[in-house]
Amino acid sequence: MNWQLAWPEIALAVCGMAILIFGVLWKGRSNAFACSMLTAGAFLLAALLVLSQGGGLGYNGLFVVDPFSSYLKLLILAGAALSLILSVDWNEREGFQRFEFPVLMLFSVTGMMVMASASNLMTLYMGLELQSLALYVLAAFNRDDARSSEAGLKYFVLSALASGLLLYGISLCYGFSGTMNFADLAKAAANPAGVSPGLIVGIVFVLVGLAFKISAVPFHMWTPDVYEGAPTPVTLFFATSPKVAAMGLLLRVMVGPFGHLLPQLQSLIVLISIASMVLGALAAIGQTNIKRLMAYSSIGHMGYALIGLAAGTTEGIRGVLIYLVIYVFMTVATFAGIGAMRRNGRTIEKISDLAGLGRNDPMLALILVICMFSLAGIPLLSGFFAKLYIFLAAVQVGMWTLAVIGVLTSVIGAFYYIRVIKVMYFDQPEAPFDRRPASLSFVAVAAGLFTTFFFVFPAPIIGAAQVAAKALLG
Amino acid sequence: MQSVLGSYFPILVFIAIAGVIALALVLGSVLAARQKPYPEKLSAYECGFEAFDDARRRFDVRFYLVSLLFIIFDLEVAFLFPWAVSLSHIGWFGFLSMMGFLAVLTVGFIYEWCKGALDWE
Amino acid sequence: MIASIAFYVFAAILLVSAAMVVTARNPVHSVLFLILSFFNAAALFLLAGAEFLAMILVIVYVGAVAVLFLFVVMMLDVNFAELRGGFQRYLPVGATVGAVLFVELALVLGGWQIAPDAGQLRFAPQPPDVHNTAALGRLIYTDYVLLFQIAGLVLMVAMIGAIVLTLRERKTSRHQSIAAQVGRDVRDTLELVNMPLGVGVSEFYRPLVEQPPPLHSDQPVIAHAGGGHGDGGHHAAEKR
Repeated sequence: MNWQLAWPEIALAVCGMAILIFGVLWKGRSNAFACSMLTAGAFLLAALLVLSQGGGLGYNGLFVVDPFSSYLKLLILAGAALSLILSVDWNEREGFQRFEFPVLMLFSVTGMMVMASASNLMTLYMGLELQSLALYVLAAFNRDDARSSEAGLKYFVLSALASGLLLYGISLCYGFSGTMNFADLAKAAANPAGVSPGLIVGIVFVLVGLAFKISAVPFHMWTPDVYEGAPTPVTLFFATSPKVAAMGLLLRVMVGPFGHLLPQLQSLIVLISIASMVLGALAAIGQTNIKRLMAYSSIGHMGYALIGLAAGTTEGIRGVLIYLVIYVFMTVATFAGIGAMRRNGRTIEKISDLAGLGRNDPMLALILVICMFSLAGIPLLSGFFAKLYIFLAAVQVGMWTLAVIGVLTSVIGAFYYIRVIKVMYFDQPEAPFDRRPASLSFVAVAAGLFTTFFFVFPAPIIGAAQVAAKALLG
Repeated sequence: MQSVLGSYFPILVFIAIAGVIALALVLGSVLAARQKPYPEKLSAYECGFEAFDDARRRFDVRFYLVSLLFIIFDLEVAFLFPWAVSLSHIGWFGFLSMMGFLAVLTVGFIYEWCKGALDWE
Repeated sequence: MIASIAFYVFAAILLVSAAMVVTARNPVHSVLFLILSFFNAAALFLLAGAEFLAMILVIVYVGAVAVLFLFVVMMLDVNFAELRGGFQRYLPVGATVGAVLFVELALVLGGWQIAPDAGQLRFAPQPPDVHNTAALGRLIYTDYVLLFQIAGLVLMVAMIGAIVLTLRERKTSRHQSIAAQVGRDVRDTLELVNMPLGVGVSEFYRPLVEQPPPLHSDQPVIAHAGGGHGDGGHHAAEKR
């Protein structure tokens, strides 16, 4: 049975239930704050448990722990913890500080960790559902706001559709291979010539379902609306942890059980990747809302990350894993900046509202500049290295077109990132923002420092990604 | 397999008879009775009156909350059936795993109780 | 023989009622057709030997989910005629997409080859002399304990979500405070008084707490908790 393998998940779930009971029984005024802190503690505990874990396959082959899953889990926990810190103050200012918020976040993270460790299509689905169900509620958490409710509903309907496609794909895979276990599926698909078309159709459906979760084109249509409507910390959470989990799952499924079919599916992944990069770059140009801009930006970034999967080599997978870390920290720093956009107690989200930030708040403006340059991929900032590793991996296997398109879309993308910087420094200044809370400054500075100084100490992350990628490819 | 289906055979016969009777009644009235429809037959009877407005209107969301919570516990109970019939085979581990499942849902139950979701004013 | 006839009958009704779900004009009829299709799907499960699933489909889907659907479409103020308005406009596009998908499916199905012994290999063999529900029970709680517990978590998150999104504290509403009700003591409500002869009630009786005089004398006086009316009898105050 080897049930100790799921210790981090079990500990997290038990902590979540304890926090839930604590929150509902202790009716103190700051119980939302206390629950948030306890949840952050639970994330830390789970991270320590993940670090202290050995590897192996457990629960009758349903659950696997290897360097790849540990890597993803730590990243998921980091993204969630940073979003949580940002959310505490935000929720208080918006007047919906309720202790369910961190609890739902915690259960969502539990689902993501299960996803990262899935070694069976059923585990994959259950983890995905646990994650998504909590996310639907989080998106609609500001229930008195029409946009937030709309975001929750849209995400729910489209995500349920994607889950349906995924389930259909899983059932086809099961029907045509007789197993849902990744190892057995790999055996069933070992001879690409003899694979039944039913299995291929099933795999494509699974791919579609997962592409929806990472919001790759053409399954991206929910992203801008949901990003815009959801409360900012929730948007940040959406942009980080679930993406990491879904991308990790996509890597595991495409490389593990269906690895032998990867050459066949490569064209599909290349197509999705190119479409995401192009749409992310072009559609972001016309945006006036900074959260929508970030939505398109995240679509584009997922497109870049998919290049690594299309390459399918250890370098490619390693590139995706490095990309995810850098993407998470860039996004966190940017959203910390967006979280500070508040004037006279009201949230503002227009890009034009940033005007004058360079003069009013040089510190925050600097962090945003670093983020924008990094998102654009300007050298020496972390975003550049992320793209570099990916493009190198693509070039190594001779996918020149993909790398060239990637570079071209980066150039187009740089336009709108730099436009934000121009608004901050050169437009007619507007009134300063409200004073930013200390927690926000902490998150912004921490993530900003990582983004800036990644090139000084890249070795640990690259090394960990290398180990994880090796573990995945076997 | 065949024996399982065999035990459902009476139900099939039952459904068939019910269907035949229902069809016979409808067709019988179509064939045998005099058909003479006119609009007055559809109007409100004697001192009754036409509906003032649509029956659909905005409805308190708490009714949905109750039915949602009902569905959740309905599903919980659904998991108890296979557990109950196979308890002798699955041993202590199976017993404890169901206790864990019930504990998780009990936590949810405590939450909704303390939250007042089960109260009706 | 009977089983295959039954299969075709149920499958035909299932398809027809599923089509009616989408095409019926009245949404209530749609839901009723949905219930019919659930029943037929349950019958198909039964024919495939999945007894437990069939019963769960009836209990959960027909018994709970479909009733919730019915509740929603009957009660909600949604203008369904308006929702259908776009149908004509989007029909050509939708039909084209549908046709393309259908051709693709047909192509895939054309290349489909099912090995003759696939049926026996691919279905999990059912242990002899164990009925379906017990066979499931032997797996769910032991081999698939991880998924089972995650299912529990999913249900709990659903509970939390439903409450978070719909439950509101109403300031104006009156809740029954069970603790206060049970914790009430006789002394809070009743006071036994020995009335001396010849002394008026008003001189003797003094309420424990000052009470505003009733505004309208014709309304019944609301008794105050903690005071008894000194009219010789005892009056238990109503406390809400």
